[in-house]
Amino acid sequence: MDVPAPSLAVWKFASCDGCQLSLLDCEDELLAIADRVEIAHFTEASSQTRPGPYDVSLVEGSITTAADAERIRQVRGMSRTLVTIGACATAGGVQGLRNFADVREFTSVVYARPEYISTLATSTPIAAHVDVDFELHGCPIDRRQLLEVITALLVGREPNIPAHSVCFECKQRGNVCVVVAHGTPCLGPVTHAGCGALCPAHQRGCYGCFGPMETPNAGAQVGLLRAAGMDEADVRRAFRTFNAGAPAFVELSQVTAGPPPGRGPGDIPERRPDE
Amino acid sequence: MSDEADRRLTVSALARIEGESAMHVRVRGGAVEDVRLEIYEPPRFFEALLRGRRHTEPPDITARICGICPVAYQMSACLAIEAACGIEVSEEVADLRRLLYCGEWIESHALHIYLLHAPDFLGYASALDLARNGRGTQLVERGLKLKKVGNAIMELVGGRAIHPVNVRVGGFYRAPAKTELTALAEQLRAALDLALDTVTWAAGFEFPDFEHDHEMLALVRPGQYAIERGTVASTRGLSFPAAEFENHIIEEQVTHSTALHARLAGRGRYLTGPTARYTLSSRWLSPLARQAADAAGLGLDCRNPFRSILVRAVEVVYAVEEALRLIERYEPPAPCYQEVPPRAAVGHGATEAPRGVIFHRYAIDTEGLITSARIVPPTSQNQASIEDDLRRFVAARLDLDDQQLTRQCEQAIRNYDPCISCSTHFLNLTVDRG
Repeated sequence: MDVPAPSLAVWKFASCDGCQLSLLDCEDELLAIADRVEIAHFTEASSQTRPGPYDVSLVEGSITTAADAERIRQVRGMSRTLVTIGACATAGGVQGLRNFADVREFTSVVYARPEYISTLATSTPIAAHVDVDFELHGCPIDRRQLLEVITALLVGREPNIPAHSVCFECKQRGNVCVVVAHGTPCLGPVTHAGCGALCPAHQRGCYGCFGPMETPNAGAQVGLLRAAGMDEADVRRAFRTFNAGAPAFVELSQVTAGPPPGRGPGDIPERRPDE
Repeated sequence: MSDEADRRLTVSALARIEGESAMHVRVRGGAVEDVRLEIYEPPRFFEALLRGRRHTEPPDITARICGICPVAYQMSACLAIEAACGIEVSEEVADLRRLLYCGEWIESHALHIYLLHAPDFLGYASALDLARNGRGTQLVERGLKLKKVGNAIMELVGGRAIHPVNVRVGGFYRAPAKTELTALAEQLRAALDLALDTVTWAAGFEFPDFEHDHEMLALVRPGQYAIERGTVASTRGLSFPAAEFENHIIEEQVTHSTALHARLAGRGRYLTGPTARYTLSSRWLSPLARQAADAAGLGLDCRNPFRSILVRAVEVVYAVEEALRLIERYEPPAPCYQEVPPRAAVGHGATEAPRGVIFHRYAIDTEGLITSARIVPPTSQNQASIEDDLRRFVAARLDLDDQQLTRQCEQAIRNYDPCISCSTHFLNLTVDRG
């Protein structure tokens, strides 16, 4: 007896296309996925789409226009399971930096006639508008994690996506800790795992593109960065990039206390997260 | 057959292009009155949000403009900031950048040729449909294998295929070991055959008879097919360094559309991208790529946008060979980067993204903070030429019914591989549907 293949839809809001490209970057698995799943709506890949409902929707991008705020409600209504993919969809993305600025001023910097531009004052994650069943982090997402999510949904289990920090992945990979060995500022201790500790493996500090881990210790992290020589503005910039709108990173960007620069990482005092 | 004098065609969501856009065609009294390529990608304000950032940050931040061509943004950003700070990287670092860029060309071109463009020529809605059809499976697998080799270069040299982490102003965080690149060379040697087969295969497609006479613009570096650096040049004799880009190229906001339209000062619309590069630099292709181009029936220039798929295929051959050449003579640069102390200055940079010239300009203050930024991606430069081509293309095909005409117009747009996500300048406006 033939059971119809589960249907998959891919949607784009304000974004760079990189997260949905991760699906096409599964070069070894793409055709196998297409055998098991009906790809029912994916305009980047196919000119043929069929109307909903869909079993699973993957949503890339953030909400920055009134029309998109309406469109995501329609997508939710057509989707049995809705998974957000990437930093834009889960935290508002780099375009979320407007949330800390005046969007009219931003508009006038880029466009000679700002009156033609229609945009919201904020860039917000999908979960600020509709219920989300699963959030996959990363700027961009990791394609192995995407495959894990698709596989888990196909067999009806929870995706196995650990919410611990990048530090765990450094240890798993055998990276030398860039903070301890070189005093390099690193956001790894508060950043969600998933990339495989790429930056420390390339001798640079993590820059937080997977957003905050489950329970980051804000005070200790800011202390680490200050000890590595970053001033307050540098710390603020470090947390205001691709996941600037994630609540834990908003908090981290506002922590101003910390030990004076020039102290070694070993001297970092213990701090409570709420300090 | 359709002979209505008044028609309106609308494709509200163009498929198999990167980003969100729509096309409108209006016919009045049997003549094409208007063709509009509308881009409804919401604005993301990169040029505004870059202000106040450190001069070391644009490679990471501007990569996020486009997931398909992040290296192009990173490379132009590095060149512009290094120029502002009076730094020129070593030849070894420049070579490693060129290798990384070859990876992006292979990945992006293989994606476009096999997954986005070829289904048009073969009559399928998608590559996945094509893969379900007998021999189609092998074709799509070949495309995916090629694409994977491009990604392998990006992952080894750049640290990640999408938004590479290893690029920094002044060089790279880490130089790959020679042994790591040797393993990559084996994959590339296998890919060379796939790339040559791709040219032969695409040469068998049927190309509509259609030529344009736009001025074409690309970077040129005599003796080499320009990728990661060069002088801006045009098919009508213009030649200027990146620092003079804004004297020659003017961007205008137009009410009907979305991307700022670019034009050459005092000259008008122009085209950038693979066919422009090919027309200006085909003589500097490698012998094997040149031979493949000849066998495919490409002359020394290419003015038929439908044949751009052939040019991309030839550029993949070139990029694979060039990557092999760079790997063969590779010695890890030591150091792999140089410090780039900031100074108050303005710097410009231009490189060849898979889709054409990409220009960055930054002003930096003494603290190393960015005070202004300007980014001109290829798609906004091409929009006026694309619309002009569509106008002529539609006028010659008014006897087709709406469905056929719409399909052919969509295919015509895909010739240019427009990347709508390169959204620095793209806005969302109320469309006049009058």
